[in-house]
Amino acid sequence: MPVTDVTKDLESRTITVTSEFAAPVDRVWQIWEDPRQLERWWGPPTHPATFTDHDLTPGARVKYYMTGPDGEVYPGYWDITEVAKPSRLAYDDGFADADGEPQESAPVGSSTVDLLATDSGTQMVMTATYPTAEDLQKVLDMGMEEGITQAVNQVDALLAA
Amino acid sequence: MIDDAEDRADAFFHALADRTRRDILRRVLAGEHSVSALARHYPMSFAAVQKHVAVLERAGLVSKRRQGREQLASGEVGAVRSVTALLAELEEIWRGRIDRIDDLLADGTTETTDTTPKKEH
Repeated sequence: MPVTDVTKDLESRTITVTSEFAAPVDRVWQIWEDPRQLERWWGPPTHPATFTDHDLTPGARVKYYMTGPDGEVYPGYWDITEVAKPSRLAYDDGFADADGEPQESAPVGSSTVDLLATDSGTQMVMTATYPTAEDLQKVLDMGMEEGITQAVNQVDALLAA
Repeated sequence: MIDDAEDRADAFFHALADRTRRDILRRVLAGEHSVSALARHYPMSFAAVQKHVAVLERAGLVSKRRQGREQLASGEVGAVRSVTALLAELEEIWRGRIDRIDDLLADGTTETTDTTPKKEH
């Protein structure tokens, strides 16, 4: 398993996911820098992502959308805040309307990605922070299944019995 | 994300398919307990109880925090939209992404202008 550590901070609604890859830092940077490679991993197989604007430069806006099994489209964007190729990328993310423009009331999360050379390849540390629980919920609703909620409701019923 | 949702449903029901885990969950829903205090209730080792708590944690039913040498566990059910459950979902999303990155990196055909010397296996 390439994921080596996951930490979550409930107070600040932050998740940090650390992973190790058997590839050099320059190679791992490419999976962020090359939109065609990014498309191969950003969305799950059921909701592939398409990046329409992609420029990793501070101040630039990256635009993408995910397509669900029914053809439903979920547009999103990143505002790039920091780039130190090939070791650090930071962006604020939010939801867009059909034209790829940010939704007015859109929540904005902040993410950072750090790549570190190790003896065996690259360590990637990804941190994502969301200002409110509602924002976090919206992120998860973007192209995600409702099934889990049903499962939890059933568990609730089971425990109440 | 049907598969992920199904996987998580599996985790929930797996977590609750064990009498000891249901009992642990009832206790921690009532209030935070240290894992060592929980362990005293069951005729099994601390490590075994710790494993049960970990299964509940993976299912998003229990959250753990550390206080000194103690691990404190509390219940999370009833909070479908609790931050814990939300972060657990986000974790699943990132685990999926990182698995795909790993596959992508292992797939040599995508290497374009990589001039880094290849490592011998």
